[in-house]
Amino acid sequence: MNEVKGMSRKVALEGSHAVSEAVRMADVDVVAAYPITPQTHIVERIAEMVANGELDAEFICVESEHSAMSAVVGAAACGARVFTCTAGQGLELMHEVLFVPSAMRLPVVAAIANRALSAPLNVWGDHSDAMAVRDCGWIQMFAENAQQAFDLMLCAYRVAERPDVLLPAMVHLDGFHVSHVVEPVLLPEEGAVREFLPPSEYPFPLDPDRPVSMGCYGPPYIYTEVKKAQEVAIENAYEKILETFKEFKEVFGREYRPVETYRAEGADILLLMMGSYSETAALAVDALREHGESVGLVKLRLWRPFPFEEVCRALRGVEVVCVFERALSFGMGGPLCSEVRAALYHLPEGKRPKVVSFVGGLGGRDVRAEEFENVLRRTKERVSSGELEGFEFVGLRE
Amino acid sequence: MKGELSWKELEVGAIVTEPGSAAEYRTGDWRSERPVRKQELCIMCGNCYIYCPEGCVVFKDGRYETELYYCKGCGICAHECPRDAIEMVEEGE
Repeated sequence: MNEVKGMSRKVALEGSHAVSEAVRMADVDVVAAYPITPQTHIVERIAEMVANGELDAEFICVESEHSAMSAVVGAAACGARVFTCTAGQGLELMHEVLFVPSAMRLPVVAAIANRALSAPLNVWGDHSDAMAVRDCGWIQMFAENAQQAFDLMLCAYRVAERPDVLLPAMVHLDGFHVSHVVEPVLLPEEGAVREFLPPSEYPFPLDPDRPVSMGCYGPPYIYTEVKKAQEVAIENAYEKILETFKEFKEVFGREYRPVETYRAEGADILLLMMGSYSETAALAVDALREHGESVGLVKLRLWRPFPFEEVCRALRGVEVVCVFERALSFGMGGPLCSEVRAALYHLPEGKRPKVVSFVGGLGGRDVRAEEFENVLRRTKERVSSGELEGFEFVGLRE
Repeated sequence: MKGELSWKELEVGAIVTEPGSAAEYRTGDWRSERPVRKQELCIMCGNCYIYCPEGCVVFKDGRYETELYYCKGCGICAHECPRDAIEMVEEGE
């Protein structure tokens, strides 16, 4: 680890409370949220902080997630630093409003404790909720542990509020596997965080002395132009995210990349995934490497804007890429795998890996390190028999 | 009306910084029929003025007229006129 600015203290924190700490240190002005498993601990702790005077913020108790997002959109329009969080069904209820801050370019920051979607009712973790909101125009990052959840929250505020970005940002942390697990977390000094996150300076805050209209009607003659401007904004945000990760490393010493790798050098087969199962897969990679398997791991940290070039750079020339994901697009397959295949399509023959898709860990089902050894075995079988189309469930009872 | 803006000319988030600019929006473009008045039949009751949902009936120089820049051609004025002094005529005729 690099030299860190100021002193960090190592504390035992639940992933949820690591997010709450990040919100406190970011000195947010307005929080609006509705409790929902497995996100509840995040807002419970924030409510406590506000009640105890540890955080000087307006906490708006709302009657739904739709209202929570609406409230923070309004507060962000006034130039406030805002926070909300939710999970699963709550994110779905929020869905309609998610498209508003991205198009209105309001730097709302949200944490999502990823959860499966009903039916059947299931409060446990998977990425179904995240996949259902992938097209809403937000910057989206995936944390695999509590430390990353804390760190990425700070990065989210810093990049979202940059005057040359002004986009909402979502930090995804796996429900239960990250949100409810107590882990050691390095908390930086508040001064360092305040320096990293100076007060937000939104350029057009609602102000009677300088009236503006936001979220206006956009008929056919202008809608396309507005969408083009929005697309350019999120494409341009990519470089700013890289800068933010670099600045974060300079201050706090931990390094993030849109695409990160673990023992990937010279591997013939690369496992690719997002979220907490990357840590389990890393254990599997260690064990498999010991048995002489040429296998490595690729972890997608940034989901939107999708890091096409970095994905290609990480996978180019590898024989096989095995995508493991915790979501399913019914009638299509794995949504993450679909993006990876699209990214690789333009690589020349010979440099383009074969891609094998697996879906597992749905609705909170554990996938243990040994299971990844089975995934590797099935990957090899599928490659040698040419079963590259479609996807396969992991750990399914037939 | 500023209908010809390129995407590069939009403010961030398509924010409108000019107050009251909705007045420039020519809702009259939506019209398929326009109200035509026979001023000689008008008894100045003001029903058209009161019933117009767009507030685009104006009283000037001692008579009622329709602001065609905003009139959407709904025909309520013609329907409410007790003297049948307003006729809805197909646009283009």
